[in-house]
Amino acid sequence: MSDLNPSISIAGENSLILYFGDRPSDAIASQVAQVVEQLRLSIGEVLIDLVPSYASLLVIYNPLQSDHHRVRAAMRSALDGLTVSRAQQQGSLVILPVYYSAESGPDLRGLADGAGLSVDEVIAIHQQAEYRVYAIGFAPGFAYLGEVDERIAAPRLATPRQKVPRGSVAIADRQTAVYPAQSPGGWNLIGLCPQRMFDPNLTPSMPVQVGDRVRFDAIDKQAFLALGGEL
Amino acid sequence: MSDLKIIQPGILSLPQDSGRFGAHGIGLTTGGPLDRSAFYWANRLCGNRQQATAIEVTIGGLVLQSNATTRLAVTGAKMPLSINKQPVSLWQTHNIYPGDRIELGFAEAGSRAYLALAGGFKIEPIFNSTSTVPREAIGGLNQDGAPLQANQVLPCDDTDNTKLGYSLPENQRPDYSHNSVLLRVVLGYQQAAFSRIQKQLFFSSDYAVTDSSDRMGYRLKGADIRPSIDGILSEGICLGAIQVPADGQPIVLMNDRQTIGGYPKLGSVLSLDIGKLAQLMPGGNVRFSAISVEQAHNLLALDEYRINHIELERLAL
Repeated sequence: MSDLNPSISIAGENSLILYFGDRPSDAIASQVAQVVEQLRLSIGEVLIDLVPSYASLLVIYNPLQSDHHRVRAAMRSALDGLTVSRAQQQGSLVILPVYYSAESGPDLRGLADGAGLSVDEVIAIHQQAEYRVYAIGFAPGFAYLGEVDERIAAPRLATPRQKVPRGSVAIADRQTAVYPAQSPGGWNLIGLCPQRMFDPNLTPSMPVQVGDRVRFDAIDKQAFLALGGEL
Repeated sequence: MSDLKIIQPGILSLPQDSGRFGAHGIGLTTGGPLDRSAFYWANRLCGNRQQATAIEVTIGGLVLQSNATTRLAVTGAKMPLSINKQPVSLWQTHNIYPGDRIELGFAEAGSRAYLALAGGFKIEPIFNSTSTVPREAIGGLNQDGAPLQANQVLPCDDTDNTKLGYSLPENQRPDYSHNSVLLRVVLGYQQAAFSRIQKQLFFSSDYAVTDSSDRMGYRLKGADIRPSIDGILSEGICLGAIQVPADGQPIVLMNDRQTIGGYPKLGSVLSLDIGKLAQLMPGGNVRFSAISVEQAHNLLALDEYRINHIELERLAL
C-alpha cells in the first residue's frame, strides 16, 4: 500500500518489531491483523509468539531455527501483500450487549455531567460507534477498543478503584473496554456486559481478537439478568 | 499415581514448565523458569524431557513428604537440601521412597532453586502450559495461578530408580556467591531515543538490584538514564527488555512481564543472562555490555552445542 511507511526494528535476540505508523487507526488495526495471519502461514514453524498492538507487531522467533534476516524478509513480504480491499474486509464484527445504568455504571452520571450531556446521550454516543480492537494486554483478555467519540472521552479517575467488577464497560480518554475479570482499575464505569470476555475453559477463550470490530448494544436489566449478568 | 505432599511451601514455590507460548495474543505472559539453565539441568539429571514441570523455589523453605518411589534433583541457588535430616548435594539425583522427608533450607547464594522429579510433576496444563503466573491467576497445581500451599499434594509417577543416578560435573556448576553479573544486551526498540552519552552512561555504570524486583521485572538502582521521549504507543515486550520509565531507573522485564507497555526501551538482555540476573539477591551488582544480534545468535548456538556435549557423571554405588 502506497500510504504505508512501515519500519522494522530489532527488539531483542529473538524478536523483531514492525511499526506500521505512529498513531492507531482503523486501517492500521486491520493491517496488523492481516500481517499476523500472513506470518502464521509463511513462517509459522519458527514463530514462538506474536504480540499485535496499536500500531505495531512484535514477532518472536526461534533463533536456533531462523535468524533476523529471514524473519525480516517474511515480514516485508507480508507487508507487500497488503491490499486496500482486504483491509476493509478484515476483522469480524462482534456485538456486545451492555446494561447501561447508574447501578451498573457508577460513573455514568458523572461522565455525562462532565461532558455537558444527558445520560441517554452518552449511552447513544457510546453505542453509535464501531470500535476496533487495538490491543489486548494489561490482564488476560483485556481488549483496548478505540476510538471513543471525543464528546464522551473522559480521563482516568484520580483515584483508581480497588475492585472493578467483571464485565464493567469503561471509558478512559478515547478508549473503551470491558473488564474481563474483577481487578483494580481507574477507568470510568458506564455499564455492565453479561458476555464473558475471557474464559480459560472455552475455545476460543475470548470473543474478540486484535483487529476485530466491536459494537455495543444497549439492553435492559431484565435482558442483562437473563443473559447471565450479575449485579 | 503417587505423590509428594507439601508440608511447608516456603517463601514462594511455583510449578513451572518451560513456559506458556502462543498466548500473548490474548494477553497471557510467558511465565516459566527464571533460571532456564538450572531448570534444564534439574530435568536432565532426572532423565526428563526439557519441558517437564519442576518446582521453582524462591529463597527456600520448601518441605515435602514423599509417598512415591522415585528420583529427584535440586539445582540452582545454594539451598541446604536434606533427605530425612541427612544433608545431601545439589546438582545430582537422589532416590526417594515413601515416608521420606525432603527439606530445602534458605539460600546461602543465589535466589532460585529447581526441584525436578523423574517423569516430572503431573499437573494439568492450561493454555498448553503448567507454568504458574500468580498475577494472571493462570497455571500451577489447580490452574488458578496460586503458589503452592501446605497440605497440597503434587501428583507424580513411581519410577524405576534401581539404575545408578547422575550428577553434573563440578566444573559445570554455576557459582552464585559473587552476587554480581555482567548482562549482555542487544540494542533495539527505542534505542535511537537514547543519546550516545546516555548509552555510554548506561554501559559504564554499576546498578544494584532493588527489593522491589520480582518475576515480572528486576528494578535496578543506579545512574539515571534519560531518553528523549517520555512514552510510546503501547507495544509488545519481549523477554529481557530494558524499560526506562520517567524516573530514569531501568527495569529488566522478566518471564511474568506484561505483554504490552508504553515506556521507552533500550534493548533486551540476552536470554542466557536472564537466569544470572534472577539468581542475584537484593543489592546484587549489575553491569551491562552491548552485543550485536549476530553475536547473540552465535552465543545461543554455542550454548546449545555446549550443553548438548556435557556428559553427566554416573554416581558411584
